[in-house]
Amino acid sequence: MNRALKLVGRRAVSSIPVLLIVVVGTFFLLELASGDAVDAYLVSLGGGDAELARSLRESYGLDRSPLHRLWLYTSSLARLDLGWSVAFNRPILDLILERLPNTLWLMGSATAMAFALGTLLGILAGARPGSAADRVLSIGSLALYAVPSFWLGLVLSLIFAVQLRWFPTAGIETIASGKTGLDRALDISRHLVLPVCALGFIYLALFLRMMRAGMAEVWRQDFVLAARAKGLARSRIVLSHVARNALLPLVTMLGLQAATMLGGSVVIESVFAIPGFGRLAHEAVAARDAPLLMGIIVSSAVLVVLVNLLVDLAYAALDPRVGAGEPAS
Amino acid sequence: MTSLLAELRGLSVSYPTAGRTAFALREVHLDIAMGERLAIIGESGSGKTTLALALASILPPQARLAGRIDWPGLARAPVAGRDVGFVFQDPGSSLNPVMRIGEQVAEGARRHLGLGRSAGLERALSLLQRVRIPDPEAALRGYPHQFSGGQRQRIAIACAIAARPRLLIADEPTSALDMVVQAEIVRLLDGLVREEGMTLVFITHDIGLASGFADRIAVFRDGALVEAGATREILAKPAQAYTRSLIAAHIDFASPRLIEPA
Amino acid sequence: MSFLARFLRSPEGVAGLLLLACLLAMALLAPVLFPRDPLSIVGRPLIPPFADWSLPLGTDRLGRDVLAGLMHGARTSLLVGISAAVVALAAGAVIGTLAGFAAGWLDEALMRVVDAFQIVPPFLLALAFVSVVGASLPVIVLAIALGAWTGAARLARAEVLSIRERDYVAAARVIGMHPLEIAFKEVLPNALPPVLALTSVIVAGAVLTEAALSFLGLGDPNTVTWGSMIAEGRNVLRTAPFLSIVPGLGLVLTVLGVYLLGEGLVEALARKRRRQ
Ligand SMILES: Nc1ncnc2c1ncn2[C@@H]1O[C@H](COP(=O)(O)OP(=O)(O)OP(=O)(O)O)[C@@H](O)[C@H]1O
Ligand SMILES: [Mg+2]
Repeated sequence: MNRALKLVGRRAVSSIPVLLIVVVGTFFLLELASGDAVDAYLVSLGGGDAELARSLRESYGLDRSPLHRLWLYTSSLARLDLGWSVAFNRPILDLILERLPNTLWLMGSATAMAFALGTLLGILAGARPGSAADRVLSIGSLALYAVPSFWLGLVLSLIFAVQLRWFPTAGIETIASGKTGLDRALDISRHLVLPVCALGFIYLALFLRMMRAGMAEVWRQDFVLAARAKGLARSRIVLSHVARNALLPLVTMLGLQAATMLGGSVVIESVFAIPGFGRLAHEAVAARDAPLLMGIIVSSAVLVVLVNLLVDLAYAALDPRVGAGEPAS
Repeated sequence: MTSLLAELRGLSVSYPTAGRTAFALREVHLDIAMGERLAIIGESGSGKTTLALALASILPPQARLAGRIDWPGLARAPVAGRDVGFVFQDPGSSLNPVMRIGEQVAEGARRHLGLGRSAGLERALSLLQRVRIPDPEAALRGYPHQFSGGQRQRIAIACAIAARPRLLIADEPTSALDMVVQAEIVRLLDGLVREEGMTLVFITHDIGLASGFADRIAVFRDGALVEAGATREILAKPAQAYTRSLIAAHIDFASPRLIEPA
Repeated sequence: MSFLARFLRSPEGVAGLLLLACLLAMALLAPVLFPRDPLSIVGRPLIPPFADWSLPLGTDRLGRDVLAGLMHGARTSLLVGISAAVVALAAGAVIGTLAGFAAGWLDEALMRVVDAFQIVPPFLLALAFVSVVGASLPVIVLAIALGAWTGAARLARAEVLSIRERDYVAAARVIGMHPLEIAFKEVLPNALPPVLALTSVIVAGAVLTEAALSFLGLGDPNTVTWGSMIAEGRNVLRTAPFLSIVPGLGLVLTVLGVYLLGEGLVEALARKRRRQ
C-alpha cells in the first residue's frame, strides 16, 4: 500500500499548478462578467446609493489593478472563501457544500450502475468475439451511446413516472414526509432510479464497448494461450485472465469521465429537479450570478482531482505493476 | 522399441488467410515414444509451433486440422494441462501480469487434481521449490514483474507441470533468455523430465542445443517433416541435404556443450 | 481496391453515410421548403401531427410549425457540431504540435493547461462561457470547442514526439529550415491522420452539448434548435409528448450516423493498412 500512497501523494502535489491554472482561467471569465456585477446587484436592489456601490466595488477590488484582483481572488480561495452569492444572499461555499451530497449520490450511483452493468455485459460480449450476443450488445450499446441524457431522462420519466407511476417524477425525496432512517433511504433511492439511469446509461454503453474491445485485445495475449494450455475451464479463462486484465483501462476511464459526468449532472438535475450541485450551476446562470458560477467551476475541478486520486488508489490496488521499482527478489 | 505415447498420422494444419488457405503443416507422420526426449528443429516458419499447439490441442479456433493424432499411451483423448504441459517461448508474456504467482501455478493443479485452495497453494510451493525459485514462500505472493526472465521461465515450467502431465512440450523455452540462463533452464527441464518420467518435446532453432540432450531429433522445413531419427544417427549420417546444411551451419565443436549427455 | 470500395463493404459505414446524407438533405432543403422563419406562428397551437396536411407534423404550444422547426434544427445541429469539431481539432493540432516540437518549459506549460481544461467539466465550462459572453452561434461553437480540444492536443503531441525523430525531419534541420516551418510543414501533416480519427467523437459530443445548452435555455434565441424544441415541448410533456420525443429522435439519429460513419472509416483504413 505504501507504493500506492506515494504515487497518490505525487499526483496530488502535481495537481496544484493545474488547479492554479483553473483559478486563473475562472478569474478571467469573472473579469469578463464582473464589470456589470455590481450594477446588476444594484439593479436587483432597485438601484442603490453611491456609498453602497463604492463599498461593493471595493470589496470586489474593482478599484485596483487586475493583477491585484487576481491576488485577492486567489488568496481568498486559498482561505476557502469562495465569496458571496448575490442571488442567494449566502456564502458560496455553504451553498456548494449543501448541494454537493445530492450530486455525489447521483454520480456515485450512476457510476456504480454503469461500471457494474457495463463490465458485466462487456464480459458477456467479449467472452466469444463475433457471437450473436456480441453483435447484439455492440449494436445496442452504440445506439445507447448516441442518446442525449436529458432527452432520455424525459422519455424515462414519461414512461415510468407519468404513465406507469412506478417512480416519482422529480425531486430527491418526498418533501416533508417525516421519513427517517431506512424509510428515508428507500425514498431517496426511489427518487434516484430514473435520474441515475438517464445519467448513467451513456457510460454503461461506454464501459461495455471498452470492455469488449479490451477483451478482444487480451484474447490475443500469450498468457491467455497459456491459460488454455493449462486446460482451465472457459469461465475461469474469461474471468480471471481475460476480463481481469481488460478491466484495468476501464478504471482509468472512470477518472477521465468524472469531469464529463459532473457536467452531465447539470442537465439531469434540471430535468428531475434535484437540488444538487449541477442545478445550482443552472440557477447561477439564470440569476446571472457569475461569482457563484466560478465558485462552482473551481470546486468542480477540485472534486475531479479528488476523484482522480481515488481512481489512482483503486488502480494501484488492481495493478501490482504500478509504482514498482526494482524487482523484489 | 518402447511403447508409443502418440502417433501423428498424415497431420495437416492450415490457417485460412484472405481467400486461400496456407498450410502450416503438411502430411506429417511422426511417432512419439513414451519417456523419450524428442527435439523438433527447423527454421522460422517451418511449423514447429503449429505442431506443438496441435499436440496440446490448443490451436487457434480458425485453424483447420486434417489427419489424426492417436494417443496409444493414454487411455483417452488428451486433456490440455492434465496430460500435456506447455512451456512458451517468452516468459515475459506467458504469465498473467496481475495474478499472484501462487495462484497461477496452482490453478492447473486445482483444476485437474481436484485440490482445494490451500492444497493448491501447497502444491504450488513444492513446485516452486522443484524449479528452484529462491524464497518460494514469498514468491507465492509475488507477481511476474518482480522476477527475472530466467526465474519467470522457471515459474512457467512449474505451471506447466503442476498437474503432472505425461507429455511436456517446450516451445523454444530459452530463445528469449541469455546464454547462461539458457543452460540452466535446459538443465532444469532435463532433470525434471528424468525424475518425473515425463516425455519431452523440445522445440528449438538450435541443432547444437538439441543434440546436447535429446534422444531423437525431428527436422522440419516448410511444414513438412524432413527426417526423424536418433540424435546420434542424425548427427553422424543425416539422410537429407537440408539436415546436413543445418548441422554444418550450427554445430561449432569448439564451443562447450551446455550439458553433458547422460 | 479503392478506399471507397473498402468503405462500402462495411455495413456500419454505409448506414452512417445514409443517415447523415438524409440529415444533410434536410438541413440544406430547410430554407427552400420552409423559407419562412421557423420561429414564426403559423396556426393554432398544439395541432396534432397528421391532422392538417399543410402542417404535417402539427404545431407546438405557440402555434409554430414542427416540421419546419425540425428541418431548421438539423441545420443548426450539423452546423454547430461540425464547426465546433473543426475549431477543436485545429486548436488541438496546433497546440499539440507546438508542445511536442518545442519540448522543455513550453511543452510543460502547455500540457498543464491541457490538464487544467481536462479537470473542468466541459459542459460547465461551456455553460459559464456562454452565460458570460452571451449566447450566439459563434460563441456557442467556441464554448463547445473549449471543452473538446484537449484530446486532439494530447494525440497530436504524442504523434509529433515520435515523428520529430525521423529522418526527414533531421534532413529538414540539416538544410536549415526554421523550426516552426519544420513543425507545421513537415511534422504536422504527418501527425494529422490519427488526430482526425477523433473527428466523429468530437462532432457527436458537440451535437449533444449544443442540444443540452439550448435545452437549458442557453442557445441562440434567434435560431431553432432541437434542444430548445425539446425544452419547449417539455411544458406539455403529458399531453403532447410527441413535441419533445421527435426532436430527440433527430438527435439520436444524427449522433448515431456520425458514430457509424466514423466506425466505417476507421474500419476501411484498418483494412487498407492490413493490405500494405
Ligand atoms: N494464427 C495463425 N494464422 C495464420 N497463419 C499462421 C498462424 N500461426 C502460424 N501461421 C503460419 O503458419 C506457418 C508456421 O508457423 P509456426 O508458428 O508454426 O512456425 P515456427 O516453426 O514455430 O516458427 P518460429 O521458429 O518463428 O516460431 C507460418 O507460415 C505462419 O505464418
Ligand atoms: Mg514458433
